[in-house]
Amino acid sequence: MALEAVIGLECHVQLRTRTKMFCGCRAAFGDEPNTAVCPVCLGLPGSLPRPNGAAVEAALRLGLALGCEVPAVSVFARKHYFYPDMPKNYQITQYDRPLCVGGALPAEVGGEERDFELARLHLEEDTGKSFHPERRGDRPVSRLDYNRAGVPLVEIVTKPVFRDPAECAAFLAALRRLVRWLGVSDGDMEKGQLRCDANVSLRPGGATALGVKTELKNLNTIHGVERGLRAEIGRQRALLEEGGEVEPATLLYDAGRGRLAVMRTKEEIHDYRYFPEPDLPALATGAAALERLRAALPELPWARAARLCAVHGLAAEDARVLCEQRELADYYEACAAGADPRTASHWVRTAVLAALRERGWTLEALAGRLAPARLAGLVARVAAGTLPGPLAKRAFAWMLEEPGGVDEVLARHGARVLDDLAALRALAREVLDEHAEVAAGVLAGRGRAVDFLLGQVVKRSGGQAAPGPARAALEAELARRAGRGGA
Amino acid sequence: MSAGGLWRLPARALAEAVRSGRCTPLEAVSSGWEGPAAAWERDVHAVAHADPEARAAGAAAVAGHPEGRPLAGVPVVVKDNLCTLDLPTTCCSRLLAGYHAPYDATVVSRLRAAGAVVVAKSNMDEFAMGSSTERSCYGPTRNPWDLERVPGGSSGGSAAAVAYGLAPLALGSDTGGSVRQPAAFCGVLGLKPTYGRMSRYGLVAFASSLDQVGLFARHVGDLAVAYAALAGPDPRDATSRPGPAPDVGGWDAGVEGLAFGWPANLWREGVDAEVVEGLEEAAARLERAGARRVPLEMPSGEAALAAYYLVATAEASSNLARFDGVRYGARAGDGDVRALQARTRSEGFGEEVQRRILLGTYALSKGYYDEYYLTAQRARTRVRREHEAAFARCDFLLGPVAPTPPFRLGEKLEDPLAMYLSDLFTLGANLAGIPGLSVPVGTTRAGLPRAAQLLGPDDAEPVLLRAARAVEVGGERARLGRTHETEAAWPSKR
Amino acid sequence: MAIPPEEVRRVAALARLEIPEDRLGRLARELSAVLEYAAVLRRLDLAGCEPSAFAPGGAPPRADEPAGGLAREDALAMAPEAGEGFFLVPPFVEDLEP
Repeated sequence: MALEAVIGLECHVQLRTRTKMFCGCRAAFGDEPNTAVCPVCLGLPGSLPRPNGAAVEAALRLGLALGCEVPAVSVFARKHYFYPDMPKNYQITQYDRPLCVGGALPAEVGGEERDFELARLHLEEDTGKSFHPERRGDRPVSRLDYNRAGVPLVEIVTKPVFRDPAECAAFLAALRRLVRWLGVSDGDMEKGQLRCDANVSLRPGGATALGVKTELKNLNTIHGVERGLRAEIGRQRALLEEGGEVEPATLLYDAGRGRLAVMRTKEEIHDYRYFPEPDLPALATGAAALERLRAALPELPWARAARLCAVHGLAAEDARVLCEQRELADYYEACAAGADPRTASHWVRTAVLAALRERGWTLEALAGRLAPARLAGLVARVAAGTLPGPLAKRAFAWMLEEPGGVDEVLARHGARVLDDLAALRALAREVLDEHAEVAAGVLAGRGRAVDFLLGQVVKRSGGQAAPGPARAALEAELARRAGRGGA
Repeated sequence: MSAGGLWRLPARALAEAVRSGRCTPLEAVSSGWEGPAAAWERDVHAVAHADPEARAAGAAAVAGHPEGRPLAGVPVVVKDNLCTLDLPTTCCSRLLAGYHAPYDATVVSRLRAAGAVVVAKSNMDEFAMGSSTERSCYGPTRNPWDLERVPGGSSGGSAAAVAYGLAPLALGSDTGGSVRQPAAFCGVLGLKPTYGRMSRYGLVAFASSLDQVGLFARHVGDLAVAYAALAGPDPRDATSRPGPAPDVGGWDAGVEGLAFGWPANLWREGVDAEVVEGLEEAAARLERAGARRVPLEMPSGEAALAAYYLVATAEASSNLARFDGVRYGARAGDGDVRALQARTRSEGFGEEVQRRILLGTYALSKGYYDEYYLTAQRARTRVRREHEAAFARCDFLLGPVAPTPPFRLGEKLEDPLAMYLSDLFTLGANLAGIPGLSVPVGTTRAGLPRAAQLLGPDDAEPVLLRAARAVEVGGERARLGRTHETEAAWPSKR
Repeated sequence: MAIPPEEVRRVAALARLEIPEDRLGRLARELSAVLEYAAVLRRLDLAGCEPSAFAPGGAPPRADEPAGGLAREDALAMAPEAGEGFFLVPPFVEDLEP
């Protein structure tokens, strides 16, 4: 029995606004509990919500970027359940008239560009946090911190379009990139700024009806999402292949132990008693305002990557890397404005990214030290072949610490580039003598081996030989030997 | 005017006396406590919380600069479901025993900014659910006109306090008639403004789409001054009506040329004969003052009653979910959180509150939402349209507030439905969001107050005040443009 | 249409209310009486009547400016139990509710 998995995702994005969704408390706060609270987010008697215009705008921008339809009016609703971290014992969310419907998120899966369809996108408020006794001997109390209560969340629900956990991982990575790209969220899953629950069921391949689904929660990393889903699919498959039935349930995935745990079975369907929030008027999105937001959207990551391929001639994979982060793409394009794009792409993807990793800098910090225009100077020399690789790398490292263009920096360190043809030809002769068989191979038609010989020339020059002139010198010597018949 | 008699003055006159230095704010504020309260409070029990120090502090705050304050030094009684920094806010429920709000309701801030002094929190039906003020955890309030009878509810304490003279002004809340009906039962004026004209920020919510803060006074001019000081949009309340509140400065301009609807079909049956006589008297006064009577028919309040009870209890069940002993209020039991919440609520909420929470939860429940809640909201639209149709033919409607004069304590307690039915004539205004004003029209032969209700379209407060002025009893004839500094006839203690 | 007492129990659980067994029957009857009154609604002609949305529109969303917080001492002052800056309750496990 060939079974296929059907997965739908429910993601929550914590918005990066200054204040909470329905009150003026700071949305970003330190560690001290209950220091960013007020009568509204504490749900004190008599308090009333007031929606945050910036949160609405951020959600709309995200919806527009995802190609959603935006109805003229959306409505807030109350979702009721008793839980100590929810001060009003209802959550203000949106139910049957959400902010956005439809839409899709492009994501790259295994080298292929896919479009994952969405069902809806809406605004809601976050809950507070609870901390439970962890160790024996801890006081038997749970502690409640309402700093997070009321922080704006965008909920994105996909259609059940995923067939493999790898697709879910790709979707989340793309979503994380997009929310950062737009500046609406930092999207850090470990900080809870991007959360994901999954609904998963199995059905015979080719069937249209959906099987019984279970809900998977507590997926705290993209990796965890993929592994948790694989575990659950495996569990359901084993059950069904034995002739058993899947029961609706909510499961937690413990990434540390790689285990699933049943949180509760869904014998009782939740009765959230949704009704329209009487304390808030309907949210009207004017067509003019919407157009303004749409026009002000930046070039979206997938569109930008496509443009870089088409216009700059970059390979798809390279463009994707550069478009992983908007600031990186900006840096690259600024650099490519002053030098050969493909070389610039190489340097940004290798030297710049490596420097960020090794030094722990932000891109902003690196750009402050080495502006893209300055790097362009270096890149242009490399592309023109007038700066050998090893020396270019050293120049890059110097330029991260010092001011000045590439020539100035090289001069400051007394680094010379060897481009005198006569000297290079002498070096070339030495290399050809030392590697006579390789030379013979080149003359016999194995042209690729010239690169090896060139490398040797550069090495022999102590890294100072400019590759362009060095290659010319090498080729001249090879030609001379060919002309002489290989002596 | 001796300090001892200050309590008799209308609020406007009292404020003028304070501003001109003829009396101090402390004298103004204490007068009602010394005279009337000493004679009445023990029997009437209008007050839930009071604090002489808070009072003195409030008076001192005004003493510094009373100039330009329309209510300088005026004592005001505030219903116990409005948040006040300096007095507890318990909604007369055990569940909120000892709760002190960390902020003032917007209307309370505006009162204080106008120079008024909050002198007490008044007794009420628990969480505003009731029509008799018999369901307070502190015990009932009695009607000063007859101590065996109810003052009405749920704002019975505020109405009674104004009636016997503790203060010339009081705030209440009106969700289905809880200001107008006690005003009628206590022989004072009661105004429920247009929905959205009084900020609800700081009013402990019962039914969000129906609640409005309301005003009690003995003089129409006082209602006007208080309304002007308190009404208007509040950035903290998203349900505020945008734009400035209507100007009620012309409250004494008379009713010449105004038309009032006369839906006599409503009281053909089921309304006490003497109440009807009061309506006829009110109509006669209006006509003498130059208004024109327009007979018309209004649908009976039956559908409105059903719609009201479903919408109000549904919203209440939601608004009261927050009371669970976790963050404030009384907490009962421990063991596990679910039990703690359940026990706190079951022990803290009275029977009527629990009944309404259950009804509301049921109405919103999966499977019942369409049939009950949604249908009720649609019926509500119809009620509004019926009123709009009436107002196409008249400037305001005249009708009863309650079907009977004040009933006896205990009379309706055993039958919730009977209690609900007494709201028949008032809850239409809450459903439609329109303003309503209860104006006293003398007394029955047994000496019990009776009243007439004036209803108008959105923002018709200026018209309602003008009409109430014309009806105002106490030797008032339709005289234009004069304030009165003598008190209306006071009930004498039996 | 009478509400059975078990239904009252279910609704009470949803509302976090403990109703003693001996009150269930009476409550069921009282609720049924009110709901039968609501049958009046079913007979109404509600053609063209959309459900009322009563918040008058017009108030624009709030600007994203910090304003109006509560000091922690004030927030915790009314707490039945508080400690180390937290509100305290008996321990509960994550899966109490959704």
